[in-house]
Amino acid sequence: MAVEVKTKETNEIETEQLATGCEAIAEAIRLADVDVMAAYPIRPYDGVMQAAAKLIANGKMDVEYIVADGEHSQFEIVKHACAVGARVFVGSSGVGWFYAFEAIAVTAGLRLPVVAICGNRALDDPGAFGTEHNDSLAVRDLGWLLPWAETAQEALDLALMAWRVAEDKRVSLPIAIGLDGAFLTHSQHIVKIPTQAAVDKFLPKFDLGDRLLHPDNPITIAPQVDQDWLMEIRRQNDNAMRQALTVISEAHADFKKIFGRGGESPFLDEYMTDDAEVVVIGQGTLSLPMKVAIRRLRKERGLKIGLVRLKWFRPFPTEEVVKSLRRFKAVGVIDRDYSFGSPYYGGVLYNEIRSALYSQEKRPVIVGFIAGLGGREIEQPMATEIFEKTMAAGKGDLAAGDTCHWIGVRE
Amino acid sequence: MAEERSVSIEVVYRGIFQKTLAQRICRSVVLAARKRGHTGTAFARYGDSPERNGVPAKQFAVVAADELELEASMAKYEPSVVDVSIAVDDTLVKGVESWAWYGRQPIWKPVRANGWLLVTSDKKPDEVLAQTDKAERPYTLGIVPGGASFAGLWVYKDDHTDFRVLGALAKILPQWIALDDAKAASLDLAKGDRSAVASVQYGYDSTVMRPVKAGEGTSGHEVLQFTKPGWTTMRPGIIVEARKPGERNPYYKKYGARTMRPVVNFDTCIKCTMCWLDCPDECFEVTPEGHYEVVYEACIGCGICAQVCPVKDCIVMVDELKFTDNKDKWQLWKADRPKYNAWFEDMSGVSADPKKGAAGSVPPNANPAANAATTPGADPASNPTTSAGGDE
Repeated sequence: MAVEVKTKETNEIETEQLATGCEAIAEAIRLADVDVMAAYPIRPYDGVMQAAAKLIANGKMDVEYIVADGEHSQFEIVKHACAVGARVFVGSSGVGWFYAFEAIAVTAGLRLPVVAICGNRALDDPGAFGTEHNDSLAVRDLGWLLPWAETAQEALDLALMAWRVAEDKRVSLPIAIGLDGAFLTHSQHIVKIPTQAAVDKFLPKFDLGDRLLHPDNPITIAPQVDQDWLMEIRRQNDNAMRQALTVISEAHADFKKIFGRGGESPFLDEYMTDDAEVVVIGQGTLSLPMKVAIRRLRKERGLKIGLVRLKWFRPFPTEEVVKSLRRFKAVGVIDRDYSFGSPYYGGVLYNEIRSALYSQEKRPVIVGFIAGLGGREIEQPMATEIFEKTMAAGKGDLAAGDTCHWIGVRE
Repeated sequence: MAEERSVSIEVVYRGIFQKTLAQRICRSVVLAARKRGHTGTAFARYGDSPERNGVPAKQFAVVAADELELEASMAKYEPSVVDVSIAVDDTLVKGVESWAWYGRQPIWKPVRANGWLLVTSDKKPDEVLAQTDKAERPYTLGIVPGGASFAGLWVYKDDHTDFRVLGALAKILPQWIALDDAKAASLDLAKGDRSAVASVQYGYDSTVMRPVKAGEGTSGHEVLQFTKPGWTTMRPGIIVEARKPGERNPYYKKYGARTMRPVVNFDTCIKCTMCWLDCPDECFEVTPEGHYEVVYEACIGCGICAQVCPVKDCIVMVDELKFTDNKDKWQLWKADRPKYNAWFEDMSGVSADPKKGAAGSVPPNANPAANAATTPGADPASNPTTSAGGDE
């Protein structure tokens, strides 16, 4: 039941709801006045389908809701709708996301600002429903912006940011918000739902300008070209991704001004790092058990440990990551993903972090951890083990730094 | 041990039939606690889904004094320790074998020492306790008056089971859920219907508390525990062994899904094969005489056999709480027919002799499957045999 509270900053009304991450996203779809959303069920993303359908059925939302015959069509539908000027929403999970892969690739190539969620789910087989980040991460090289949310509130806030950043002319790239299956998509938290007036202040109307596909604006999108054009096209997309860092920073500052939320940095969320010697870094909800472990280990053993949560994976906030992590003796990178056969057999994030810090003269020892795959819960003994190994690496145990550790796996 | 500045409540329920009920209870807990400024989270155990008809599942509500306390309960599938466990069907006290993990657990397994087990039931506390696993820690058994509320996947019977439970919670956890807050929350949820408030008060006043000491309860239930292999010992390629013909799954036994079980009058059986043919779980074994006996370890109590049996009162569905084991009964019939028939009459409440009428006592409460069987054309949403799925 909605409980009304006044916000300090704007003196406008926002309501409070007990909502899942999926329901929070559906509220964002309503508030962003999305024109077209395409749907096809796969858990855990399908919670958004249900929540959005409910809003429409209850007369609270007006959106063209198209149930496609599969994920590929689903993503093609929003791509085309976006090209004719519709604000769009789409989403999927796990191998459903992969079934749409061709459409996912061309959407980024065409610079169409499609906003999606990827309800992170382990890839099939064996059909586990729990969270793993390899579905989102599979598109990391294609030009999709990839932020990750920690809570249902952040899911809603990030979604509102997503349309603003993606549709900004300097960026004009698709975006996929990573939501951890189950922990975030399917658990209900108390979420502040901003008013339409406040959202309208933050989120301008979508305007594709002279790229709008319309009879009054005769253009052809995506004619076939060859090697004589392709590098310039790719370089343009590269530039858009570079611009995105600035646009995200601006949007974050505005969001904070209007809604009073979003933390200090748009890219990183630091927890108890002020006096920390050793930190762990990761994405999504794994920060929650790690924060509990930090409080416990500080209290029980006086360990100077902290957490850095990466909020945006693409664009990778290299400067911010370097500036933050070089302060510490050792950094444990927790991957809720895998990259079989990669350097040091580490996860995707591990190798990105190592790469970002390579050129630094003073850099921390970096230890990789594969944990929580398929949504396996990161329990407190696992969190302790992660910190103990990272601290050991910081004290010069190089073996700890050169290998990647699987946490909580049965031998 | 649950943190002092938070309280964890679980609802154990029958998959599909009580999903919406469980969700309503968990939401009402958080919303009632929110009235006095607490924060909270409500969630279903992810591994139970997609739910199967009657298979025990769990949902949770965790209420905390502040966001920091709540974090310990977030990004978890289920609390390892709860303050209160609520079983919304009394046959669940026979143990929980769920879809989310392997084995069977006592209903009180996550309940902390001196915590509570609330059971919605129209039975007396001692009757319920007699079928509950022997306690390892003391707890209080609370009987919230009322039979099990069954409906379909997306619907709820609106019989105020949720509000009665909320009233009972206000009784035992006043520091988290004040009675007035429970009433206010119920009024919100019932969109202003004041009878909801009366149901909260009724649950508050009428829940019967029975302190349970360690050692009380039954040791008659089967122990089911399994060890999972590690990555170095399991077969590569995601492979499991097939079962041999006639062999049943030793790792997952389905009887925990049962609220009622079929008992058979072998004297009136005409050996028509209908039960054997239509049983969705292939529970019937053919006896040397050509009868069909139920393998109770595999029977989920769906009631289809009783529905398709052409002989009146030959297969009768009976309250599961009346039984203490899963042994087959055909051997008893074979050895001593009068004794078997006396047992059949005692359990089923109908006469073993078709020429006579009812055997005296009141027929057992109808279960959802039996309801569906006896009311053709009933609302499909409340018919569990047609409302499965849709949860993917």
